[in-house]
Amino acid sequence: MKTRLSVILRFAVLTVLGALMFTPIVWAFAASFRPPDIPFASGNVFFSHGLSLANYAKALSLAPFARYYLNTILQVGFIIGAQLLTASLAAFAFARYRFRGDSIIFTIILLQMMIPTAALLVPNFSTIRFLGLYDTIPGIALPFFGSAFATFLLRQSFLSLPRDLGDAAAIDGCRWDQELRLIYLPTAKSAVTALMLSALSFHWNDFLWPLIITQSDTARPLTAGLVRFTQMGEIGAQWGLLSAATIIVTFPLFFLFLVFQKQFVNGYVSSGIK
Amino acid sequence: MKRNRILPYLLVAPTLAFVAAFTLLPLGEVLVGSFFKQRLNIPKFQHPVFTGFGNFASLFGDPDFLQVLANTGIYLAVLIPLLLIAALGLAFLLENDIPGLGLFRLSAFHPAILPMVSAATIWMFFLTPGYGLWNQFLHLFGYTGPQNWVGNPALALVSLVLVAFWKNVGFLMLFFLAGLQNLDKSVVEAARLDGAGGLRLVTRIILPLIRRQTLFVTTTAFIGAFQTVDHLFVLTQGGPSGSSTLLLYYLWEVRFDRLDIGRANAVTVIMIAILLAFTVTNFLASERNEN
Repeated sequence: MKTRLSVILRFAVLTVLGALMFTPIVWAFAASFRPPDIPFASGNVFFSHGLSLANYAKALSLAPFARYYLNTILQVGFIIGAQLLTASLAAFAFARYRFRGDSIIFTIILLQMMIPTAALLVPNFSTIRFLGLYDTIPGIALPFFGSAFATFLLRQSFLSLPRDLGDAAAIDGCRWDQELRLIYLPTAKSAVTALMLSALSFHWNDFLWPLIITQSDTARPLTAGLVRFTQMGEIGAQWGLLSAATIIVTFPLFFLFLVFQKQFVNGYVSSGIK
Repeated sequence: MKRNRILPYLLVAPTLAFVAAFTLLPLGEVLVGSFFKQRLNIPKFQHPVFTGFGNFASLFGDPDFLQVLANTGIYLAVLIPLLLIAALGLAFLLENDIPGLGLFRLSAFHPAILPMVSAATIWMFFLTPGYGLWNQFLHLFGYTGPQNWVGNPALALVSLVLVAFWKNVGFLMLFFLAGLQNLDKSVVEAARLDGAGGLRLVTRIILPLIRRQTLFVTTTAFIGAFQTVDHLFVLTQGGPSGSSTLLLYYLWEVRFDRLDIGRANAVTVIMIAILLAFTVTNFLASERNEN
């Protein structure tokens, strides 16, 4: 009897909290489909006047969202590709070989996890300008090509393989790159998925660094594009239009998340528990 | 066994090179640069001039900077405990099966998928004076205070806390949830049979058992809050009159608005010192509990 009551109570609490958490996004979603000529007023803020796609059409005409998408995808693609490459090489070295200075080098690399790159935006901005990469997509991506986090995660996963296995493969004439590709990487699938997902969500959503390193729409990603959109003079408090722009920027990754919810959540959590 | 002596170094070289170029050298650069005066918009100071602790002295003598430190302190001191307690509470609520569990978990977690700038844009609308749902919601409980949250000096910082809380609570909850699900159920059961219940069960038995998750969540929440000022760009621009400026946003202003490189370097040094002090203390405290 007591347990049934507690389940009902828990259900009630969760329903209230869940409704509160969902409200902002549901309201923005509703507002984005509101016909632009019908103003908001107290007591009349959700649907009720028919649906319209006018806000979406106008948002798409005011800013090059397709270009922003392409930029974000390229930026995130560069970063994930480079991280997978550099981190699997380094992690393989740390897991497979003993070499002079290995623990010192490993510690130096791990330092990167304690100091977020965002804190070093002033010197990194100068570096990217010096390299002539200001206002380019490689300029946004380059500082993240080496990742302590990815190296650490992959090394942990590689360490679960006994060194003897690698030695045996070497005796059989297996080259190091074959060892890495055919033996080590296939066993680290879950670590690879985890770091790809966490890099995807971190860099897809990153804003401050792309903002300062870009100047034009040719390199600007979705996040910086959205903020520029919200600050356009002619837009003001047109909430339907702003909501439509937010939904355009947000929805695809959101949808992807709904489809791959389990992998996303597991990826996040396994990257946190080491 | 034959071993290639150079190969491991070649393999770690790319990662090491990027870490050196974008973390280690920059660290040295800001440390050195913080002792020089350099302002890009004043011809006399286009090039760095040694000034000793001048940048630090002028920062700590500047009421604006002291307010930024106070804002950041209040923001973190309110946001982080709120996040930790709520995330743990949600994890308890969402641990066991219940009809609609998937939807409830999604309701808590979905803001984590949004970029912070999208979350802030949605909240800008949510917080609108007048018909905005936030004010209408508070009105149900008899709230009659100011309506313009982001434009009010007393409430601007609160609205930043609200957005950051909504955005991150479900994300942090996941780690507590994983911790609770991996708990040895028999230990908890034994304690319950011994008469430990409610709050005592949580503080004496469960919390010590998930301290690794707690350490991780605390560190993640802190570093995350410290390095995320995206919502300031959308909601308050640090205002009104500096009442909601946080440290990283201030750094951006000093560097890209005032073009004061020396001062920006000094702010970076202070910021990294705070970050390191927190991570190390937090880690040591958790190690001590372990013994």
